[in-house]
Amino acid sequence: MIKLIFWRLLQLIPVLWILVTLTFFMSKSIPGGPFTMERQASPEVIKQLNAYYGLDKPVWQQYIDYLEHVARFDFGPSYSYQTETVNDVIARSFPISFQIGALAFFISVILGISAGSVAAVNRNTLWDYIPMAVVMLGICVPTFVVGPILSLVFGLKWQLAPVSGWYGLEYTPLPPVVMPAVTLGCFYSANIARLSRAGMLEVLHQDFIRTARSKGVPENQIVIKHAMRGGLIPVVALLGPLFADLLSGSFVVEKIFNVPGLGQEFIKSVFNRDYPLIMGTVAFFGVLLVLMNLGSDLLMATMDPRSRM
Amino acid sequence: MKKMLLGILILFVAGGLWFLTAHSAKHERMVDEATRKKILLMHEGTEPRTLDPALSQGVPEHHTIMALMEGLVSYNPDDQNKDDPGVADHWEHNADYSVWDFYLRNNARWSNGDPVTANDFIFAYKRNLTSTLGSPYVDLLFILKNAREYFEGKIKDFGQVGVKAIDSHHLRLELIGPTPYLLSDLVNDIWFPVHPATILKFGRMDERDTKWTRPGNYVGNGAFQLKVWKPNDVIEMVKNPNYWDAANVKLNGINIYSIENEDTLLNAFRAGQLHLTWGSGVPLDKVPYYRRVHPELLQLCPYQGVYFYKINVERKGLDNPKVRLALNLAIDRKALIKNVLRRGELPATGVTPPGMAGYPVLDVMHYDPKRARKLMAEAGFPNGKGFPKFDILTNTNQAHRIVAEVIQQMWKTELNINVGIVNQEWKVFMDSQNSMNYDLSRLGWIGDFMDPVTFLGIWTTGNGNNNTHWSNPVYDQLLAKAAVTGDPKERMGILRQAEQLFLSEPPVVLIYYYTTVRLKDPSVRNWNDLAEDDHNYKYIDLVFPSSKK
Repeated sequence: MIKLIFWRLLQLIPVLWILVTLTFFMSKSIPGGPFTMERQASPEVIKQLNAYYGLDKPVWQQYIDYLEHVARFDFGPSYSYQTETVNDVIARSFPISFQIGALAFFISVILGISAGSVAAVNRNTLWDYIPMAVVMLGICVPTFVVGPILSLVFGLKWQLAPVSGWYGLEYTPLPPVVMPAVTLGCFYSANIARLSRAGMLEVLHQDFIRTARSKGVPENQIVIKHAMRGGLIPVVALLGPLFADLLSGSFVVEKIFNVPGLGQEFIKSVFNRDYPLIMGTVAFFGVLLVLMNLGSDLLMATMDPRSRM
Repeated sequence: MKKMLLGILILFVAGGLWFLTAHSAKHERMVDEATRKKILLMHEGTEPRTLDPALSQGVPEHHTIMALMEGLVSYNPDDQNKDDPGVADHWEHNADYSVWDFYLRNNARWSNGDPVTANDFIFAYKRNLTSTLGSPYVDLLFILKNAREYFEGKIKDFGQVGVKAIDSHHLRLELIGPTPYLLSDLVNDIWFPVHPATILKFGRMDERDTKWTRPGNYVGNGAFQLKVWKPNDVIEMVKNPNYWDAANVKLNGINIYSIENEDTLLNAFRAGQLHLTWGSGVPLDKVPYYRRVHPELLQLCPYQGVYFYKINVERKGLDNPKVRLALNLAIDRKALIKNVLRRGELPATGVTPPGMAGYPVLDVMHYDPKRARKLMAEAGFPNGKGFPKFDILTNTNQAHRIVAEVIQQMWKTELNINVGIVNQEWKVFMDSQNSMNYDLSRLGWIGDFMDPVTFLGIWTTGNGNNNTHWSNPVYDQLLAKAAVTGDPKERMGILRQAEQLFLSEPPVVLIYYYTTVRLKDPSVRNWNDLAEDDHNYKYIDLVFPSSKK
């Protein structure tokens, strides 16, 4: 197990290097620069700005400088937030995305696994059709539809949660984290429900379940103790990247509820050609993804002896 | 198991229903609470990039900084052609408006209690004119004698630049030529003073990105001071007790929210989270609804901006002034505004919008399809025959696209020419425009001050914003002549002549003059219809009762 963790952490280095290199050259290749404005600044000003941020150096030199910074986890100043470094931006926006992501993760796992398991156990009955129909709806209706609907009903009509913003909104009974998290959670729970139903169905037809039943093990125990352990392996494989995805923020949901999270920063950095922020957020997301994948692999190994190989 | 599940489900639903009935709509709306506490909740579009007056360049920055800082003069609450005293309580100028003396009030204080002196202004101008700082609006200062030379490094001694402290409360500005509009220029951020000790505490004078603009560090001389800055969410400012006119400041605080999504903004206003949206804060399709059902919540008034297409005059076909005029004459602006835009915009008949004192709007560009067809025939394209196909370039935005489609159709109907529409992401779009890689390109131009030169000055040869390849030596001469003419009436006459010349061979297709379209809670008082939409916050008040939405 320790060897596995060690190797996976070692893999992080080449993965990150490829990621940041690709991002660096791709972000440099898009037209337009960070200081392109509707009202053109004079060429002298642009020249000074390029010199200040080191953009007047040849690209290879910028790349070497950049790698040096990455090695120290220092991504430099952001161009679009003039008093903040990229690390500051991540430090202030990630906790917000983390809260939304963690709650959304919790919602999607609880809803998804319970709906999928109930459907699998009660195959071809009303308890199968109803949860799965709701789940299908969840898959078909994207977050940019669910979000505004929640916003209209719970925000505008019942005034239970703020429709926009994050800070200083103590006047509603629910905190601002709820609506974005529910929007995201509902969407992902649909996928989890489908996966867990399929996984559970497969396991429920296997011999060891039949053996357990014939030995008179109560149905509750069969489902929870035996079937879920094997049936949820495909779900667990999904959880790692899903958790990383949720934690790093969803641009769409953050936009709908005007939440100042990392997802917005990630997308806006591209629009602003804020090269350091683009690369900082990509590298951060890369590390998060690798670590979460590792976490889900470890979890799988404890659940399924076959994957410990 | 099924019973247990059913039980949980029933419990969940019942709990939810109890929560809803117990809590829904019983709370005081955020705006009502804020009105009680006299805190203005306003929205300003995007997140300000900076709160440093030297580096500010957009409207959200300006509208935040003007609460924290005050220049020599300040905005008049009723008429944007007039200016109120600011740090200077009175001023005088010589006969041709080229030397101005400002007398600073003795009771002007920084938020830390230090007095505001003439040297604070000099320090700010020296800092802004230091090229390594990279101040984007620095060209506004080039009207000061030797300012450009200092910026470009041709002069090393700042003492030669046209700004002098005669004594600690007497500031003299010597300009390169007559500038009767100086006062309306002085309300721009680049002219604001800064607190030298604060700047130097956090870095060098010419250092960007220092922490002096963070809450707790910021020392300003405006009616409010910075309390909280949560990027992409809210900037909270509270009344500055050291402001010289604090007794007359009615608000206790201002919260400025940045919301980029139009629908979220509308929801935030409807949910009572905002007193005000920004000046283009109502989606195109919602304006008719508010006009009809809630006119009391809608602020609609002319704004100092013009919406047009730049023409690349080196493109074949578009190089002919007759063609460019014909394109202008073939647009039915009134129909476009009435049926598509519906925000009460005014048809752009000239390049300078209405509202400038002493400069009535030029009434030249009209819908005249007959003349347009005649001009096209004269240019060698009768009934559009042989006219090369060209594209209108816009940045990706639904409203720009719709306008372009309407104009495309009008040109097809009236002139029988085929025009394409291409949209590009903002920075790519700006890049195409700056590198002249376009035929026609959409742009809006907002005036920096209340004088026609802010709209006419950009079309001179070599100006960084005139990327059309259009150049006319007579036009350049007229603008240069206006810059040395001291008599305001004569000066306006020269500018008018220049605009007439510009419109006779236009390198632009004029479309409309902007309007301010804002949702405004009825509790907001003294928020008047202003041409530049710059509101002096010290006059704003919040008074109940606010009507229900």
